[in-house]
Amino acid sequence: MFIYADNAATTKMSAAAIAAMRPYIEDCWYNPSSLYSAGQRAKEAVETARAEVARCIGAEPREIIFTSGGSESDNQALLTAAEIGRKAGKRHIVSDAIEHHAVLHTLAKLEKDGFEVTYLPVGTDGVVRAAAVEAAIREDTCLVTVMYANNEIGTVQPIGEIGEICRRRGVLFHTDAVQAVGHVPVDVCADKVDMLSASAHKFRGPKGVGFLYVRRGVKPATLIEGGAQESGRRAGTENVAGIAATAAALKEAAANMAANAAKLTALRDRLIAGLAEIPHSALNGDAKRRLPSNVSFCFEGIEGESLLLMLDDMGICASSGSACTSGSLDPSHVLLAIGRVHDVAHGSLRLTLGEDATEEEVDYMISAVKEVVERLRGFSPVWRDLVSGKSEFIL
Amino acid sequence: MALYSEKVMDHFRNPRNVGVIENADGVGEVGNAKCGDIMRIYLKIDGDIISDVKFETFGCASAVASSSMATELIKGRPLSEAKALTNKAVAEALDGLPAYKMHCSVLAEEAILNAIGDYYTKHPEKADKSR
Ligand SMILES: Cc1ncc(COP(=O)(O)O)c(C=O)c1O
Ligand SMILES: [Zn+2]
Repeated sequence: MFIYADNAATTKMSAAAIAAMRPYIEDCWYNPSSLYSAGQRAKEAVETARAEVARCIGAEPREIIFTSGGSESDNQALLTAAEIGRKAGKRHIVSDAIEHHAVLHTLAKLEKDGFEVTYLPVGTDGVVRAAAVEAAIREDTCLVTVMYANNEIGTVQPIGEIGEICRRRGVLFHTDAVQAVGHVPVDVCADKVDMLSASAHKFRGPKGVGFLYVRRGVKPATLIEGGAQESGRRAGTENVAGIAATAAALKEAAANMAANAAKLTALRDRLIAGLAEIPHSALNGDAKRRLPSNVSFCFEGIEGESLLLMLDDMGICASSGSACTSGSLDPSHVLLAIGRVHDVAHGSLRLTLGEDATEEEVDYMISAVKEVVERLRGFSPVWRDLVSGKSEFIL
Repeated sequence: MALYSEKVMDHFRNPRNVGVIENADGVGEVGNAKCGDIMRIYLKIDGDIISDVKFETFGCASAVASSSMATELIKGRPLSEAKALTNKAVAEALDGLPAYKMHCSVLAEEAILNAIGDYYTKHPEKADKSR
């Protein structure tokens, strides 16, 4: 059995995305900036894709900037707000403790540049409170940035409520929607979002392509200078094939969203129920307010990397927020933020289902995880101390 | 490109000498849950020889494989040899470890030293002799 259960890391390109790519590699490989008609056909492909992507999130085509992915989009969004803030003498940003590093590291850079950032805590449910956002906004706040859905624990944030608050208070609002777009309904107008980041490889498009939505009226800062592409907002010859594939993937994801979400939610809950049978384990993040594909657990007494490698031997691709998998000494900042202590956070497992997942696969994963957790606990000194009463169970 | 050598994976999948020695002559533990690797080593000592050794490890594959290899290297060996075991020797015996995983093999070396220290604490007369 081979089961890919790491769809939050990346997804398999859809057949539609691959098919959409081919013509712009094999036949129409011209430069979209060229004046001759062959080049203009490539240009047309980019603009058709832009319109499709815009439609899928309720935006206008000119509000979409194609980028190299989620990280670049996050960087550009934050620097855009910083540039606008600087001009207005506003140097305060509101964010939260569970953002992706593409946001956190950019914020850290801005802090060095004289910005002040408020990192809102999240509840043990992994959800940012809209009221806390409201309370954190000051006279000099130039940006609120809160992710749509978390990549580790899958919690979906109250983006519409936060958008409403930001609009009312006149503060720019950016959301990193990399894990949400193509999976849950995202509408930039309904959610009152000013900027939104997305990445194609998370919704069965290609790697290295993404987009940033920037609401009309907000002037984007440029990260990459050098050409007039993307209306001067992002230089560089367009990744035509990748952009065409992004639109095709998103169109398909949007069309099948309701059906996929219903199916995955049922499988997700089956997987959660199965893993919850493991003693001294706990689901990370709210049970209901989460992405349809995301299952994240902590198991007491074991370490995540060992868990992953043993699951790999059993044909399961998964991920963990343990320190040893990241090469740092600290476990995931997200798990720590929801109140998991180090001991427990090291024993984390993330399984993120793909739309072709089956009940049989879910049941296989449940029994595999049970087996591996038991095996690792069998030679864990931490587990021995817990069982013998020398230390106390946390979960 | 594999993350670990075949040797590491072999020791990770089939760790040697896992378990506990009841009434061990020396027990050593290092690491803490904060850093993510904890190792406990149990020694049975006859005369000057480590006649049996067992370990328990909470940690990554590198930590498990290092514990396993380290116990193999000292089992049946004199205490003086076990004391001289370095994490470098453990890593070499495993056909190398990724640079950022070397710290996990240090724990094996330290756990053994702690276990021997524990043995000397319980048997001061042996400690004198060994000096
Ligand atoms: C929430 C979130 N933001 C940003 C990114 C970065 O996206 P990309 O890999 O396209 O740069 C990821 C992907 O890991 C993500 O999950
Ligand atoms: Zn380690």
